[in-house]
Amino acid sequence: MITCYLQSVGLAAPGLESWSTGRTLLLSGDPLHNDPETPYAPNLLPPNERRRATAAIRQAFRAAEDALRDHASDPSRLASVFASSDADLAVLNRICNALTQPERQISPTDFHNSVHNAASGYFSIAIRSMSTTTTVAAFDASFAAGLLEAATLANIEGCDVLFVAYDVIGPPPLLAVRPTTASGSCALLLTATRGPATLARLDLQTGAGSESVCSGAAAEKLRAGCPALRGLPLLEILAGSQAGECRLKMDAGRILHLIVQPA
Amino acid sequence: MKPLTISAYTAVSAAGRGRAALLSALRSGRTCLERKAFDDAQLDCFIGEVAGVASHALPVPWRDWDCRNNRLIDMALRIDGFDQAVAEAIALYGPDRIGVFIGTSTSGVRQTELAFAARESSDSNLPDWYNYRTTQSTYSVADFTRSRLGLTGVTVAIAAACASSAKVFASAARAIAAGTCDAAVVGGADSLCLTTLYGFNSLQLVSSDICRPADADRKGLSIGEAAGFALLERSPGDGRPALLGYGESSDAFHMSQPRLDGAGAMRAMSLAIERAGPGNEAIDYVNLHGTATPANDLAEAGAVVELLGPEIPCSSTKGWTGHTLGAAGILEAVIACLAVEHGVMPMSLNTLTVDPAIKANIVRETRSVRVRRVLSNSFGFGGANCSLLIGHSA
Repeated sequence: MITCYLQSVGLAAPGLESWSTGRTLLLSGDPLHNDPETPYAPNLLPPNERRRATAAIRQAFRAAEDALRDHASDPSRLASVFASSDADLAVLNRICNALTQPERQISPTDFHNSVHNAASGYFSIAIRSMSTTTTVAAFDASFAAGLLEAATLANIEGCDVLFVAYDVIGPPPLLAVRPTTASGSCALLLTATRGPATLARLDLQTGAGSESVCSGAAAEKLRAGCPALRGLPLLEILAGSQAGECRLKMDAGRILHLIVQPA
Repeated sequence: MKPLTISAYTAVSAAGRGRAALLSALRSGRTCLERKAFDDAQLDCFIGEVAGVASHALPVPWRDWDCRNNRLIDMALRIDGFDQAVAEAIALYGPDRIGVFIGTSTSGVRQTELAFAARESSDSNLPDWYNYRTTQSTYSVADFTRSRLGLTGVTVAIAAACASSAKVFASAARAIAAGTCDAAVVGGADSLCLTTLYGFNSLQLVSSDICRPADADRKGLSIGEAAGFALLERSPGDGRPALLGYGESSDAFHMSQPRLDGAGAMRAMSLAIERAGPGNEAIDYVNLHGTATPANDLAEAGAVVELLGPEIPCSSTKGWTGHTLGAAGILEAVIACLAVEHGVMPMSLNTLTVDPAIKANIVRETRSVRVRRVLSNSFGFGGANCSLLIGHSA
């Protein structure tokens, strides 16, 4: 079993614009008002990187910045783990289309944004952290795989780790082969030890079993429609500030069992 | 950290299939790069292509995974008895207690390029034969490896561009330390595709000449392809090489350019040495990331000199295989294992005149010499740095 401590939460999904407003909505189970989202301009990014940031990077930053909003200590010492099933399919689409043209002219910015770890690279630049940052992918199990990686990093190396899961809907024709119905991101700031701002203790263990679903219908639709939001059952527990447990699906018939104990 | 025994390892690259082919290429000083076009690419450059990929068939149960990248993985799993070593580990630990940590940068993007090219028009759907999840998806590399080896342990793809398959060693070491698994298959694969050839070309990083690491006249990369694997266990080494330490850091500087002060590289190397513990700081050889771009080689050599001094022998082996991107970490970890097991210190192949600005001790002739510990560097886009310390514990 791996234990870590949760310091703050970030959230950005249709109808759930931040953790402070989203947690109330998750608790009530009310229908979510899916207003068209305005493009998010990351506050932490220098102007050059902000201009070049793709939709997936902005989606990741939205939750990351939400989690760091009330974080008192210096983010430049933070390690980070990013999880995304598909990173940015719009960039892949532009590159693959460009390669079908006679001149095969790829935009240099598209190329450096095409790496799966683009968001984590932008983030380390934004917070000026030279600590490790890792990006993991596990298709529909990306959230669970990333949370396990982040909790393990915090636990074994004793560092503060920001975990960020993000995925955005792809464009046609890739949408047809990777059909998702929502873009979303969430972030959890994890530490190895309990601190004054600790919200909850998290215990993680892998095993067998069936996955949890959300109790609210609107949240369940988001969970099922976006790989990065597969962790919403955990966020529902955190919204209530009560003890609870949930099971997130991993690959090969395994689940990640999470036990939450509020501080 | 407690050393992790590398109880089996293998790689496929332009140098051929398996350890013997790679060792033979290293000893003979013969480059495996060729001036040729990949598919119908119109770029004048050298590439490190693996022979026989086009005719390699995946076993029937895995036909859905068929793409250039997974063919490389399948080729690697079948040589040097790697799949047999994993079968023995399964008998010992159980299939659910062996983790799978696989790095890639572009996964099966070649399959997506072919699917886009096969469309009738730009608003058509992708062809029926195209399977996103089993080929293009970043996770495909880990999913295929896990399934092909009959494992059911924790499985993840690590994507940190050209540091990907070095960072898998760090993730696996932590997972074993945390008790998530008892052993781990680590590795990586990246295959030739138009995306990386034209992409690096758009950044003016592909050399029209063969890549010449640390050379005064170096002009950039030669791109190659590779797949490689290692089995990590806690059991005693019996003389086999071990992972002694790892260090990870971020440049926090630029998406596609390294820090000129080498501070990120230095941090990764010093963390790897620190983690290996007392006695293991005596390093015999540094396998450089050494891409042969002007910026990387200068910054990296500066970091090596500042941390380890001007005498430590170092070289890049990309003159043999090209830069295999997301597979570079595992390919060069395999080279580190070969260096330790066979007492070979590879030269900086294709280097004619060492850049006078590079003060590091660049190995100019391949040496037969005792090598106890190797530091292997891998750096990637996004400023991701990883150093591995491989060899025998003091």
